[in-house]
Amino acid sequence: MIFQPAIIALLLAAGISLFMLLAAAPFAVRVIRHWDVASGSERQLQLERLTYLFSTLVAFVCLVQILAALLFVFNADKMSVMFVGAMCAVGALNVNAFGFPALYAQLALFFLATLWLAINHVDSRARDYPLVRLKYGLLLAAIPLFALSLYLQLQYFLGLKADVITSCCGSMFSEQASTLASEVSALPPKPALIGFYGGLCAAIGISIWHWLRPRDGSGYLTGIGALAGFGAALAGILAFVSLYIYEHPHHHCPFCILKPDYAYQGYWLYIPLFTGAAAGMSAGVLRLFSRRPTLAPIINITSRALAGVAAVGFGLFLAVATLMIWRSNLILLD
Amino acid sequence: MIELTGIRKAFNQGRHNEYWALSGIDLAIPDQRVTALRGPSGSGKTTLLTILGCLARPTEGRVRLKDEDISGLPERFLTEIRRRTFGFIFQQFNLIRGLSALENIILPAYPTGQPRQALLEKAEALLAGVDLGQRRDAQVEWLSGGEQQRVAICRALINDPEILIADEPTANLDTKLSKEFLGILEKLADQGRTIVLTSHDPLVVDSAVVDFVVTLRDGRIVDAK
Amino acid sequence: MPMKTWIEKQRHLIDFTLASLARRKAKNLGLLFIYTLLVFVLASVALYAHALRTEAQKVLASSPEIVLQRLVAGRHDLIPPGYLEQIGQNVRLRGVQKMEGRLWGYYYDSVVKANYTFMAPRDMQIPRGEIIVGPALERSRGLAAGNGISFRSYSGELHTFIVAEVLPQTSELVSADLVLMHEEDFRAFFKYPEGHWTDIAMSVANPQEVRNVAIKLLSTLPDSRPILRDEVLRTYASIFDWREGLMLALLSAAILAFGIFAWEKAAGLSAEERREIGILKAIGWETGDVIKMKFWEGLLVSLLAFLLGYVAAYLHVFHLDAMIFEPVLKGWAVLYPRFTLPPHIDGLQIATLFFFTVFPYTAAVLVPIWRAATTDPDTVMRS
Ligand SMILES: Nc1ncnc2c1ncn2[C@@H]1O[C@H](COP(=O)(O)OP(=O)(O)O)[C@@H](O)[C@H]1O
Ligand SMILES: [Mg+2]
Repeated sequence: MIFQPAIIALLLAAGISLFMLLAAAPFAVRVIRHWDVASGSERQLQLERLTYLFSTLVAFVCLVQILAALLFVFNADKMSVMFVGAMCAVGALNVNAFGFPALYAQLALFFLATLWLAINHVDSRARDYPLVRLKYGLLLAAIPLFALSLYLQLQYFLGLKADVITSCCGSMFSEQASTLASEVSALPPKPALIGFYGGLCAAIGISIWHWLRPRDGSGYLTGIGALAGFGAALAGILAFVSLYIYEHPHHHCPFCILKPDYAYQGYWLYIPLFTGAAAGMSAGVLRLFSRRPTLAPIINITSRALAGVAAVGFGLFLAVATLMIWRSNLILLD
Repeated sequence: MIELTGIRKAFNQGRHNEYWALSGIDLAIPDQRVTALRGPSGSGKTTLLTILGCLARPTEGRVRLKDEDISGLPERFLTEIRRRTFGFIFQQFNLIRGLSALENIILPAYPTGQPRQALLEKAEALLAGVDLGQRRDAQVEWLSGGEQQRVAICRALINDPEILIADEPTANLDTKLSKEFLGILEKLADQGRTIVLTSHDPLVVDSAVVDFVVTLRDGRIVDAK
Repeated sequence: MPMKTWIEKQRHLIDFTLASLARRKAKNLGLLFIYTLLVFVLASVALYAHALRTEAQKVLASSPEIVLQRLVAGRHDLIPPGYLEQIGQNVRLRGVQKMEGRLWGYYYDSVVKANYTFMAPRDMQIPRGEIIVGPALERSRGLAAGNGISFRSYSGELHTFIVAEVLPQTSELVSADLVLMHEEDFRAFFKYPEGHWTDIAMSVANPQEVRNVAIKLLSTLPDSRPILRDEVLRTYASIFDWREGLMLALLSAAILAFGIFAWEKAAGLSAEERREIGILKAIGWETGDVIKMKFWEGLLVSLLAFLLGYVAAYLHVFHLDAMIFEPVLKGWAVLYPRFTLPPHIDGLQIATLFFFTVFPYTAAVLVPIWRAATTDPDTVMRS
């Protein structure tokens, strides 16, 4: 194991988060079994008081996970100097078999956390707390994922050995390898460019449409559009945006752009992208509950705002990516 | 109009010291009138007042406020309604020491998010209305009992409530100050506010300002006129 | 709620919490002090370890990619005459740009009980009888340019040198105890046999080739030991990380104690504070408002403590030479180079520090804050 402050912080964050959720679990069960908002009984009053504690607690855990996702990537990038063959985060994550799964679990937690926060936001504004059972059910369902994330991170960090020779982005995202990532990387620039701009403009357009007219249909489409836009964005980064940033016709790495050598440009891309994707998907999911009478007006306001955030996030991402392509000296298309 | 039907309130429900402070109250509080609740100590006046003023939820029974059933509302929304609709004057004036009179007055408006300047102007007008304009920046612990109560009244009025709730407002005042209080009460009633208060002070209960008197005993209404 | 109202509301809450912090100065200053102290200690460790790490990297950046030593019976031995030439002839090493023998060794100065590194650099022209010394010698032996100094060699003879120059302060970590001299002087002082070298330095242009060169060297010269710069770098990095991590682990007791302290402070609300919260709830504040108000309080205290602690740590490490932690973290030479580290701030490090201080604080005060905030709004009517 490599004993490093950032690693300890990440493990601590994962451990404490899991511990807090486990502490909240019995309460979640009680809410699911006994919640009755119309009752004035002392049990109900106590449950209501406790929802403040556990909502705050879970919101705190969600925030920590969002920050942890950032820290995880940041740290993986920093660690790359310690491994032979590692040039960026990819090499550090490839040191053992748990690196990438740990990253994916952390990203899944990021999206789950933002979704939970969105649901909590609308639920606590409706007079009868209509989603309280769903909220705490989701919490119970998320516990295994939190445990899995902790397990993967433990395995990953404990299994880090400085003398391992790892393979880095050069092989993982090369056009010859036979992974999904490399197939995406090997896309010819023109169709990739069309898919990228098409997907993202669609996502932005739908989000704006929902922002203008917050209805169910446009809401669901916003969610799907966010997912598609997210995919198109990642594919685009792999296929050509990275090439423009590195000014190198074959370096397809989505992680090297996070490095100080490239002025941390990656964060300018990823932070708006993930914000937009999370907001858009949450807007879509929230729309599922818009039929409940007490929720309808709140969901209208919230999904509209989230669609706005999604449009701004994707728009910012697209603008930054375009700027990077435009400023680059590399020529892929004539 | 506040309508209570079948209100019961238990303390320590389900435990060995379970106690029903109210056992079956049906009551309607008329708009723009002064209603006084009286009764011996422990008869449930304060408990009834907390339910009327949305400070607490009944264990059983229905509460309707302006034709809206608010019995099952969670605290968050009950508070919102309370903030808009009610102003409270407590027996201990319950001002926050270390803050000035003005700052105390605008506290109930903080959660509404109005601009500070507008709030301060409103508070100054209210203080001037009770002849305390010159003490606006004094810390409240330097004020006399009567002045403190007037600050508390201004605080109750900052959100411009339709209904005023006062629990034993004259219990800490001497006769002269009590009379002054009745004077202010009369002004407020003339402004068209609904007022509910508890008292066992004959000076208050028997005064001309009070329109209705409800008498409580052991958590039940024994008399209303 | 419209954005403007929301912002205005948060401003009110911050106003209130500032006033309430000011009203309880003694208690809050105590908390702030302990909090700041914790940040200070953690930040000092992190800044110091990080600066050492970058410093070592910078120093090594200018050293050769491969250093070749010769082993005899598994121990480091001198490079015999002809060895260097043999490499050039027998082994065809692609990618090696330059290859040269180096002369260096350690000297124990019994006067100040310190070790110096004696070296005969090949890229510098030092006249015979003169030396160039590192800043550590300047301090410990009071040397300046033009002074003379005598060292008793291992064979017992006294050699006298004139100090031609003192090396500048930059990157002292390695150069502090250096003594540079002419090759002939070096050989005479240590009675170093003619034609022998301490080791061989090789520069390799393409980093991808370094490993191949090393493997080739090993297979053709089984008595050689190639040391790769990148390997050393990695070892340094992990040693410093390790030390930092170890310090943090030791300090985790302090973090835990701080968490308990924060819990106590938050839980031990005075009767006055409890009364205030009761009043706020009765006059129209909601549980969530009180929690938000307390959240602002925690955030303000945290940010202030973080800022104060971090700035203090920065001054401590970069302007006061980390006097408090020096012995624990550095510890590799008898003669501690007293060096001024180049100031360096790192995003990951700040984020990590934040995790170690604000995260436990927040976790610790959550429950007590909730307890206070859920005071029933009717309690003030029952006193
Ligand atoms: N929080 C409480 N826990 C237990 N008993 C209470 C509580 N509050 C009030 N009571 C009881 O309820 C009864 C009614 O109290 P209250 O409404 O304050 O009476 P009043 O205001 O008429 O003097 C009293 O017997 C009192 O002891
Ligand atoms: Mg009473």
